[in-house]
Amino acid sequence: MTTVDERGPALPSKRGLSRRYVRPRRTPLSWIRGGGLTAVLFLLPLLFVFGAFSWYPIVRTAIMSLQHTNFVSAPTWVGFQNFAAVWHDPQFPIAVRNTAYFALLALVFGYPIPLIAAVLMSEVRKRRGIYSVLAYLPVVIPPVVGVLLWKTFYDGSSTGVFNTILHWVGLGPYPWLNSEQWAMPSLVLYSTWANAGATIIIYLAALTAVNPELYEAASVDGAGLFSKIWHVTLPQIRGILLVTLILQIIGTAQVFVEPFLFTDGGPVHATLTVMLLIYNYAFGNSLGGDFGKATALSLMLAGFLAVFSLVYLRATRSWSTR
Amino acid sequence: MKSTRIGIVVAAAVLLGVGASTAAGSTRSAKHVTISVASLIPGSTPAAIKQFNAQVKEFEHKNPTITVKPVEYQWTAPTFAAKLAAGTLPTVFEVPFTDARTLGDHGQLSNLTPYFKKLPYHKKYNKRVLAEGTDAKGQIIALPKGAYAQALHYNRQLFKQAGLDPNKPPTTWAQIRKDAKIITQKTGKPGYVEMAKNDNTAGWILTTLVYSLGGRMEKGVGTHAKATLDNKYTVKALNMLKAMRWSDNSMGSNFDLGWSDINQAFAAGNVGMYISGSDVYTNLVQAYSVNPSIYGLTTIPMANNKTAGVLGGGTLAAVRPKVSKATLAAAMKWISFFYESPLVSKKQAIRNAKTLVANHQPVGVPALPLFNKKQYKLANSWIKPYINVPIGHMKPFLDGIFKQQLVPEPEASTQSVYNALNAVVEAVLTNQSTNIGQMLQQANAQAQAAIKAGA
Repeated sequence: MTTVDERGPALPSKRGLSRRYVRPRRTPLSWIRGGGLTAVLFLLPLLFVFGAFSWYPIVRTAIMSLQHTNFVSAPTWVGFQNFAAVWHDPQFPIAVRNTAYFALLALVFGYPIPLIAAVLMSEVRKRRGIYSVLAYLPVVIPPVVGVLLWKTFYDGSSTGVFNTILHWVGLGPYPWLNSEQWAMPSLVLYSTWANAGATIIIYLAALTAVNPELYEAASVDGAGLFSKIWHVTLPQIRGILLVTLILQIIGTAQVFVEPFLFTDGGPVHATLTVMLLIYNYAFGNSLGGDFGKATALSLMLAGFLAVFSLVYLRATRSWSTR
Repeated sequence: MKSTRIGIVVAAAVLLGVGASTAAGSTRSAKHVTISVASLIPGSTPAAIKQFNAQVKEFEHKNPTITVKPVEYQWTAPTFAAKLAAGTLPTVFEVPFTDARTLGDHGQLSNLTPYFKKLPYHKKYNKRVLAEGTDAKGQIIALPKGAYAQALHYNRQLFKQAGLDPNKPPTTWAQIRKDAKIITQKTGKPGYVEMAKNDNTAGWILTTLVYSLGGRMEKGVGTHAKATLDNKYTVKALNMLKAMRWSDNSMGSNFDLGWSDINQAFAAGNVGMYISGSDVYTNLVQAYSVNPSIYGLTTIPMANNKTAGVLGGGTLAAVRPKVSKATLAAAMKWISFFYESPLVSKKQAIRNAKTLVANHQPVGVPALPLFNKKQYKLANSWIKPYINVPIGHMKPFLDGIFKQQLVPEPEASTQSVYNALNAVVEAVLTNQSTNIGQMLQQANAQAQAAIKAGA
């Protein structure tokens, strides 16, 4: 007769490989003794917090996107009317185009700058800490304070801070936020200043993980600084680069603070972004917002970003793990 | 035996005493009401806050069963919508004329009618003003706090520096343009500045300009109203702004100023002239401590035609819906005490004026009558000894305003009409090659869609 230890599965032995495995009998008592209850107790606060503040709002958003509601009158079911209304709103393509433009500018200017700064800072031997602090400082400044500060810099008169500086080198004055052409690049410039610090810190951490022997080997092969960066540094941190790229694209697709605080979407809708349009649907009318359209557009944005992220991760999987 | 009897009597007395005190306590707590009320706008000066708190103290002294909790409040379209949806508005809050009736029709304001009829002065109200706080069913859903006419505010100091006579402000739009250009050339400060922010103030001020030239933004009422944003007067007004902005370069270089921003810029001495409500001086003092010597007020020039008029508006005090009867009654007492009684009760008017003067707050800011003209004159005579605003600097306005035709704001979808105009104003001021006709057609279509939808 074969006996089985109730405390765990029998390990297969050379002699017993063919022996049938018998699952131990689970009782509530054994489950509690095994730490099941403790695990559930630890899990409950997490489930509650996620449920109340993440999952419930998501479900509620999905429901509201199919309703006409202003939180005061009783909601009515309207099917996909809200999605159709958003799709046919003349401001919708403007918002999509502006968001894409912001993302593109941020990618062209905002993405390489932290990388270049991090590589240069990693090359510095003395007082690297000071440079790190200086780079990270804008991240610590509250966005509203930062925007108000930069609004002063962007003063369109010839006595504005930026215009005065540019005047010293014979340029300007530029209208900055008061021009359809200049407004969006101005927002990107601020955004780069405000957010680069966090990315620089991530790159600096990644650069410390690069094996110094690779640089030594490259030096032996006669590689210069740029050659080492191109052939050693960038390939070594490509995984991080891909992650920061997708994070940046997702972040810029949801840009709100800059256009809301700097320009309120103007001039002439030049900085109206998708998130700002969602806000306008919800809160733009003092007589009660159209929360149905706001949630419909939110879901459209979330859906697009989810699909984009999946495609991106699939497309870059082989490159990031090579 | 005797001691037992004494013990029983004492115990009974104690029990009765406890019972009586409990009963008294429960009666008091049952009757006691706490209401939150809109107080001053965020950023008000300590003196203004002190003055407001003094009024709260006086009210609570008169009404010991009511506790008043002041809440900083400034009506802006987005914050109001959010607070309305979240149910976080104070018990008593303020809404502009443009919104009250629609909010009332949607059931978003309490019905004040039974309490209104008990007010001893309810028959003295100016019927046109009271209509702004009456819903489609004829219920009173808000009581007027103040009414204004749009006016031209100007900096007397900049006028002097530019060699202009501050006692002779412009009386035509051509003069405004000419003076603005001179101010800019002589002082380096923008001569004429407009609110051009995307928060509907741009549309509000453009509508004021159009009214003064004789145009209107819509015809008819309700969802059947016809949008007429692209009328010839709007084109004329925009072309005038275009000339001042691009030919004269007299409008400065910042075109994203809203109501508070432009007040701040004016108080700082950086604006020659601008248009806003005639009662703006209160905010200039309370929030920005404006120097009274620089302040000048005059009427907006009217074109020489029958339809030219001055845009009038105002603010009403309302009560959050779904409050208890006791709360509603307390809220009405506050509205009557704080907003209305200084205009109908001599004793209250003088006491109010004294408190304002003691706290260096303005008394005598020009406003339009909320009650009949007889009452208006009477109330003004009560506070005459306490007037501390530069009334001489406001003479051009006071002399001219009652000769002008007062025209209410567009009735149907007011905020949406202003919203549609925002982009047109922004375009004219930020892009020299703006196609005004095309932009106006787009704005008109947008406004018409909003009117049709009742948005």
